[in-house]
Amino acid sequence: MSNNNKYLIFLGCAVPYRVSSYEISARKVLAKLGVELVEMPEFNCCGLPLDPVSHEMMLILAARNLAIAEQTGLNILTLCPGCAGTLKKVNKTLKEDKVLREKINTHLKESGLEFKGTTTTKHIMQVLIEDVGIDKIKKAVVKPLTMLQVAEHVGCHLLRPKSVIGFDDPEDPQTLKTLIEATGATCLDYIDETECCGAPSVGVSDKIALQLARDKLNHVKMVDAQALITICAFCHIMFDTNELRIEKMFSETYGIPILHYPQLLGLALGLTPEELAFNELRVNTSKLLKQVNEGAK
Amino acid sequence: MTENATTTTSKEPIKASEFDPKFKYELIKMHGGEKLLKCYQCGTCTSDCPIARYSDDYRPRTILRMANLGLKDRVLKSNTLWLCAACYTCTDRCPQDVEVASVIRVLRNLAAENGCVPQVFKDQASCILESGYAYKIPDLRIKKRETTGLPPLPKGNPESIRKILKGVSFMKHVEGSKGETNEQQ
Ligand code: SF4
Ligand code: SF4
Repeated sequence: MSNNNKYLIFLGCAVPYRVSSYEISARKVLAKLGVELVEMPEFNCCGLPLDPVSHEMMLILAARNLAIAEQTGLNILTLCPGCAGTLKKVNKTLKEDKVLREKINTHLKESGLEFKGTTTTKHIMQVLIEDVGIDKIKKAVVKPLTMLQVAEHVGCHLLRPKSVIGFDDPEDPQTLKTLIEATGATCLDYIDETECCGAPSVGVSDKIALQLARDKLNHVKMVDAQALITICAFCHIMFDTNELRIEKMFSETYGIPILHYPQLLGLALGLTPEELAFNELRVNTSKLLKQVNEGAK
Repeated sequence: MTENATTTTSKEPIKASEFDPKFKYELIKMHGGEKLLKCYQCGTCTSDCPIARYSDDYRPRTILRMANLGLKDRVLKSNTLWLCAACYTCTDRCPQDVEVASVIRVLRNLAAENGCVPQVFKDQASCILESGYAYKIPDLRIKKRETTGLPPLPKGNPESIRKILKGVSFMKHVEGSKGETNEQQ
């Protein structure tokens, strides 16, 4: 299976549940860059949310998705780093551990499925950098965003644990920066760039979650970034949905728009903010968009 | 979260009867717990843990020490166990390759097995059984996809999911699955 411009899209749960702006912008951008998406039939939650309580259940749920994908002969593209990480990890584990594979396959067999280990999963970032390629992206840019200075938040699951993911470097990740700079924008460095957004702690300890997000926003503010760029539904919710709440709770002011990377790239590719679902973002983006339009710093 | 819940930093004196010397051998037989014994308590995991930065109680190093000592009940009944964000920073940086996040996951799985299951996990599991998705996606959102030009949301296959999850022990905690129990809310 080596079709590099046709993928099964695995939406996962969080994207359709809460972050359609990510899905809308990602689909538009991928179409523009010639990546064809096929809807993945009858998929289920990747399994990650249940790993803390039942590793077994996680393995079976993930393996079911992989087995369905294998039947289509296509590789998987995900928007959520958590889904990508889980599917990669389970694929690797089950390929390497014959005993476990047989055990999981006994479960899948109940529904006529079998895991073989013939599919590859990639997050959209990985598809953009490895399969579309930075040159093609640069060539497709019609409106260079040279007026923008932004910061990136790559999050945890796209890169960690390193031994399983084997993509980029979790201690000094470059992929998202490279992709941001391909749009013409400058990507700023800031303190604790690779720190967790806090999202996994929501519901267990909201206070800790919001403190983590506040820290990140403070650091992004320190370097005067005009926007923070994310590539994960959960990270995006953590910053965009909660920015106003954090401002209130800790008496801070940020006003930093939180964009999905495909929204930033989409602007550079000549798509309009409406086409890229900017209207669904919580933090006001009008100042940012004005700067993009006027081309001024 | 659970009755008699503790924190891992509880100052209650430890009684000799609390130690279960075989606990660590139980853990290293579990997928993800294999390297527990290699922990030499350097503290890298705790110093780099984003949660430990803001929590007074959550310390991955302490959890690993307690597991190695055999303080089974204290660890498994501790609320703090559920604070881990599974960011895998500790796993990547542990000089002993302990796979700290996986050890913590193994402990949580055992806690769940013993009946300590935070409600959110039960809810997500029953959503998955019902629809394939971990959340109940509102109809309005599903309809809205059309107006925003998104393709219809693929329908899950609950029947198939139920079949493959047959015999999974966590199912006893999930509402709507057979053999439903309601212990430990
Ligand atoms: S970093 Fe590894 S060796 Fe050091 S205390 Fe944590 S688990 Fe033990
Ligand atoms: S995986 Fe858990 S214990 Fe390890 S650094 Fe992240 S939050 Fe801390």
